[in-house]
Amino acid sequence: MTQAEITPDTAPLAEPDLLPGETVRRSGVLRRALRLRRTQIGLVMFVLVVGVAVVGPFVAPHSPTEFVGAPFDPPSSSAWLGTDSLGRDVLSRVLHGGWTVLWMSFSAAALGLLVGIVIGMTAGFARKAVDDTIMAGTDLVLAFPSIVLVLMVVSLLGTDLWLIVLLTAASHAPRVARLSRGLTMDLRGRSFVEAAEVLGVPRLKVLFSDILPSMSLPLSVEFGLRLTWSVLLIASLSFLGFGVQAPQSDWGLIINENRTGISISPLAVLAPATLIAMLSISVSLVSEGLGRTIAGTDRTEVQ
Amino acid sequence: MSAEDLTASIETLENEGVLHRLPPEPAPAPGEAVPKPSARRHLWIVRRLAYTVVSLLVVSILVFGATQILPGDAANAILGNQATPKALAQMRAQLGLDQPITAQYLSWITGALHGDFGTSLTLNEPVSQVLAEKVRNSGVLLLLTVIVIVPVSVLLGVYTAVKRDKLFDTATLSVLMVVSALPEFVLGIFLVVIFSTGLMHLFPATALLAADQNPLSTPNALVLPVAVLVLVSVPYLTRLIRASMIEVLDSDYVQNARLKGISERRILFRHALPNALVPPVQALAETLAYLVGGVVVVEYLFAYPGLGTALTDAVSGRDLPMVQASTLLLATVYMVVNLLADVATVYLTPKLRTATS
Repeated sequence: MTQAEITPDTAPLAEPDLLPGETVRRSGVLRRALRLRRTQIGLVMFVLVVGVAVVGPFVAPHSPTEFVGAPFDPPSSSAWLGTDSLGRDVLSRVLHGGWTVLWMSFSAAALGLLVGIVIGMTAGFARKAVDDTIMAGTDLVLAFPSIVLVLMVVSLLGTDLWLIVLLTAASHAPRVARLSRGLTMDLRGRSFVEAAEVLGVPRLKVLFSDILPSMSLPLSVEFGLRLTWSVLLIASLSFLGFGVQAPQSDWGLIINENRTGISISPLAVLAPATLIAMLSISVSLVSEGLGRTIAGTDRTEVQ
Repeated sequence: MSAEDLTASIETLENEGVLHRLPPEPAPAPGEAVPKPSARRHLWIVRRLAYTVVSLLVVSILVFGATQILPGDAANAILGNQATPKALAQMRAQLGLDQPITAQYLSWITGALHGDFGTSLTLNEPVSQVLAEKVRNSGVLLLLTVIVIVPVSVLLGVYTAVKRDKLFDTATLSVLMVVSALPEFVLGIFLVVIFSTGLMHLFPATALLAADQNPLSTPNALVLPVAVLVLVSVPYLTRLIRASMIEVLDSDYVQNARLKGISERRILFRHALPNALVPPVQALAETLAYLVGGVVVVEYLFAYPGLGTALTDAVSGRDLPMVQASTLLLATVYMVVNLLADVATVYLTPKLRTATS
């Protein structure tokens, strides 16, 4: 699972006022990214999955906790995908079970990005001692594999969905902070920022109106990566039983509940697994499409 | 290359996030001789080691401190809610819980350094005894994974680089991209459905082991867990080796070798590959660090008795000594692997390695 973008083999020379790795201006990025086949496929899949998660609860034939048959019944007219380990309708549980992973992943990625940007920009603009302290703090969070960090805290404070969102965001923040710190330091030396400082523009204003907008492209790619990570981590935690608690429904939890019957009723496991797969693949396709456009490696692929 | 250049290069790598950032080095006093680059490099490694030790200490304080915020303590957990205050006080004295918190930490950490992590609350056995076997089992899983991913990703990376932009290359890259986006348990579920249910009964869906059983005695059960770990780590390495191989194949010295009429095979394996493998060495260590997290999910999925299941079980059962020990162990492995990655980078990156000027 790789979050690191491979250095483009054929990146053209960067224009002078762009950040390293950027070769296009902001205005055309979305349009150009949408011309890439991977972005198109990713977007279609993403809309499909989000559609299932959002519309699902309204069209589900049964309640997610209603018993409609014996455990692991095969597909029938009343339960199209069969029944689960307790005799509930698999289809209804799947239709009800997508919303949590979506809102949790989005909140965690957004929160992690926000906190990371604030930390990174502070470190990039602060005195060396402050910078070193902040970076030592981020290193400490990075000393644990994310899942181990979350599990340790969950063992102490119990499973609460917002706690998991916060912890996932906390595992993102140091990585975002490193990136935005580097970008801030790079931008500080640019003439337009120096000019603003010489003119006596307040530092906060420089940060928000000069530096932040210039970082928006790399940060949008970073958001895509963080979102992919969030989906992976949150779905995995839910599968481990540390997310949405039974009898409520969630894709990861459904897989956990029904995996004992995997040989009798594989659909009960495959349906939620496919949806999680589509979600994580679509998010990473879109963010890679965006990343390639910004790095300028999309041109070779435009069909 | 001068000593200042070396320091500057290391600083660049630190800022780019390739190396861990170390606290700044004090500038040499005026008149003091500047050490030679090789001495500098050794100095850097000593500082990096010291940094790891200090970080581990801080992590251990965190792991210990985190467990102190819980209401109730081990005495409560052992005696239950019905215990009289007198029995609780006795138990606390027996466990050393009446001592000040720094003394408790010191006795915990000295124990941990001697391999004594206390007694498991749910299993009533010494934690170290329970974990020793699980550490070995997880180690077997990780080692087998590394043994498989190295040749697979080198072969795939080199072959896709040679066949760049041909059908095989684009198809492989697409498949790798999809696989790398999947969570471990989803990949694992797909593999189980394909290989151990109705379709084919090739490999067991679980990798349960009896106590004291060597995992290598049931190789069949290890196939799917290792396969999942391999699949999640091969894409990253392959893409890195491919990119680095393409860069080397386009370089002047390879062009030069071609012009001299050296056979393509020899160019590939003698001239290009050794140089193309430098960046992936660090990536391999990163991958290993990543797998330390992945192992938690994969072991749970296949009910494999390793450090990961020990952690998830301990978290579910709120078995604090077990949580402390397994978290500390996993973090230690993670940090040591990262340390090795940094050391390998400093020794292998040409601009950090080139001899004295």
